[in-house]
Amino acid sequence: MCLAAPAKVISITDNEAVVDYNGVRATARLDTLTEPLAAGDYVLIHTGFAIRRLSPEDGEETLKLFDELAASLDAEPSSDDSQQGS
Amino acid sequence: MSIENDRITPLHGAGGEMMGKLLAEHVLPRLQHAAPGRIDLNAMDDGATIDLPATGELVMTTDSHVVKPIFFPGGDIGTLAAAGTLNDLAVMGARPIAVSLAVIIEEDFPIADIDRIVASFAETLESADAAVICGDTKVMGRGEIDGIAINTTALGIADPAIGDADAQPGDVVLVTGTIGDHGMALLAAREEFHLETELVSDVASVWPMIAEILPLGGIHAMKDPTRGGLAAALNEMARKSGKCFEIDEQSIPLRSEVQGLSDLLGISPLTVANEGKAVVVVSPEVADRVLTTIQAHPLGKDAAIIGTVSETYPERVVLGTEVGGRRFLDMPLGDPVPRIC
Amino acid sequence: MPRPFQLADPKRARQLADAIAILAPPTTFKIVHVCGTHEMAIAQHGLRRMLPDTVEVLEGPGCPVCVTPTADIDAAVQIAEQGAILCTFGDMTRVPGTRLTLEGARSKGCDIRVVLSISEAEKLAHKTDRDVVFFAVGFETTTPMTAAVLLDDPPPNFSVLVSHKKIPEAMGVLLGLPGTNIGAYLAPGHVSTILGLGPYQEHLARFNIPVVVGGFEPLDILYAIALILRQVRDGKGFAENGYPRAVADEGNVAAQALIEMVFQSAEVGWRGIGNIPDSGMVLRSKFERFDARKRFDVKGETGDEKIPGCRCADVLTARAVPADCPLFGTRCTPLSPIGPCMVGTEGACSIWFRYGGRELP
Repeated sequence: MCLAAPAKVISITDNEAVVDYNGVRATARLDTLTEPLAAGDYVLIHTGFAIRRLSPEDGEETLKLFDELAASLDAEPSSDDSQQGS
Repeated sequence: MSIENDRITPLHGAGGEMMGKLLAEHVLPRLQHAAPGRIDLNAMDDGATIDLPATGELVMTTDSHVVKPIFFPGGDIGTLAAAGTLNDLAVMGARPIAVSLAVIIEEDFPIADIDRIVASFAETLESADAAVICGDTKVMGRGEIDGIAINTTALGIADPAIGDADAQPGDVVLVTGTIGDHGMALLAAREEFHLETELVSDVASVWPMIAEILPLGGIHAMKDPTRGGLAAALNEMARKSGKCFEIDEQSIPLRSEVQGLSDLLGISPLTVANEGKAVVVVSPEVADRVLTTIQAHPLGKDAAIIGTVSETYPERVVLGTEVGGRRFLDMPLGDPVPRIC
Repeated sequence: MPRPFQLADPKRARQLADAIAILAPPTTFKIVHVCGTHEMAIAQHGLRRMLPDTVEVLEGPGCPVCVTPTADIDAAVQIAEQGAILCTFGDMTRVPGTRLTLEGARSKGCDIRVVLSISEAEKLAHKTDRDVVFFAVGFETTTPMTAAVLLDDPPPNFSVLVSHKKIPEAMGVLLGLPGTNIGAYLAPGHVSTILGLGPYQEHLARFNIPVVVGGFEPLDILYAIALILRQVRDGKGFAENGYPRAVADEGNVAAQALIEMVFQSAEVGWRGIGNIPDSGMVLRSKFERFDARKRFDVKGETGDEKIPGCRCADVLTARAVPADCPLFGTRCTPLSPIGPCMVGTEGACSIWFRYGGRELP
């Protein structure tokens, strides 16, 4: 139900993309994707269909979210606002 | 019906002229190698002889091979039969001295495929300096057997033989290279999955690598992680020794294609077969030297230390995960299937 | 995992685990997830060992394979026995019907093919004159694909056996059952890629519990758990997006539109739970010609009987963990499964058995 892996888009022809998972190539259909896709993008694929475009920065952004949460708790644990540590 | 045919017929298994011709033209020329005894393969006698060395233990192993597909990325049933048997000897610490080759072939099997399979078999044997000294050929009717089945039995000499049951607390666990290549390559090659990759089976004889580490001593246990993968091999070694194998997930070498296939199929590389690798358990004093010796060999360049042996959870394998968690790595239960969830 | 998305990092994992420990309530708090992939990730990465004792994470009805009713398996087997090529996802092949699994049907000569996608089944239908039927199982992550293929003019010999389910409705029903004591939901990441936050707001808002969408990397899961506990600390209970790189709050509108065009909701049975209104998909009349149940002669068989002692119903409704079932690990193992939770490779019992479950090293 939920297994979906990110792959890199190599090329697009009509409704199908050739994608690469770390050196394994497959094709994925694009009918289930909302946003437009280009070669070089990353895409999340479930059962052979693209469900979400990803950009490489998304990984960095995610790590920032983790760091922000962890940092917000370094200050008073019971505080509501995220306070900067000294 | 013409007797000059490019496919196997029942006559090829009947022990007469046709079988003799098949062997003389398609099999024997490829299997030429220094014989270990006085009566050799060329004599085509009822058996062959072996001059036994004065010391050491005689090790025997047998395997039957029915792999499908017969030809797969990186090898074929011939490579697999030869490597599989030689590797069984190798992980017992045994130098191969003689191999038998028995085949059962389905009627109509292409003789050109026999040529390919025998050539692969011979090439693999050559890499381990091993000789076929006897064999057998049978043919079954169409549909009575699926293509071809191969049985190989091999004899080797070990001094001493090394089992899989003697891991000691404090020992170091190594693998001779990347894990999951064969199983994942075969999954990727399944026509219905429509995947393309350069990943090929790792099928190969590990004897040349093992031969170099045996003189270093301190090797307590070895195993080849074939069906069931690394997980099965580690669990068997843990159960038989009564010890705990503590493995560090991050140090298990994996090719990026194997990781990609694992993500896309939902199958762990630790549960699929390896056909050109060994797990080696050594005393800590020799661990670094064993590692560098294996790494110096072309087949062993990705060798790595993956864990240690302890007494924490007897008979279990514990995996330290890449995020700092811990969990048991248990014996896999059957052939993995791709999952959607 | 491609390099930009390799997020595993022991240092950050430790920081998130520490955050969870700081936020953890003093008494037992139960978080339920509804995704086999979440349970696999938790088990494979050893995450439970990193959580404080008071934070429990359980799998609910998260394995669409496990909750597929026996009747659907029976239909698939009958369709294959009537000569169709039955295409299915791999993890469905070992689920028992009344008489046979699909794997068992294959041993008896039926043409059962494992595919990674419905598009492979449709391609196959172009290459043969025989009937090709796709067993369409899965939650909302998988439903849009079936819709897409049916909208794309498949060949006349192609049809689908629909068994798609809707998970937010089931999540709401669970909250209404006695004894579930669900403190919060860890919502399924890729279902949410399709649905967005809306259905959780619609079906779960009145319960005022945190519902946080989580991804599947180990750090994603720890992060989502921390967000849940932060809501609890702040006395809140709302639908929150903890996986923004893969989930837009509004979801994937193109995929939603595909589902809407082809399917409508219906009451369907969930193995181990029973009927849940509006929790399944059926084809709209425009697409009835692709309904394999109508094209073939599908008859009801005996159906599933309750085995004495089997607690799958409690495990599926997050009222018990696998180790609580008297049959777990003794009479019921992955090699000799009794209930659906042990049969499906992503069922809670199967995962617990294979990864050591409550036994934490």
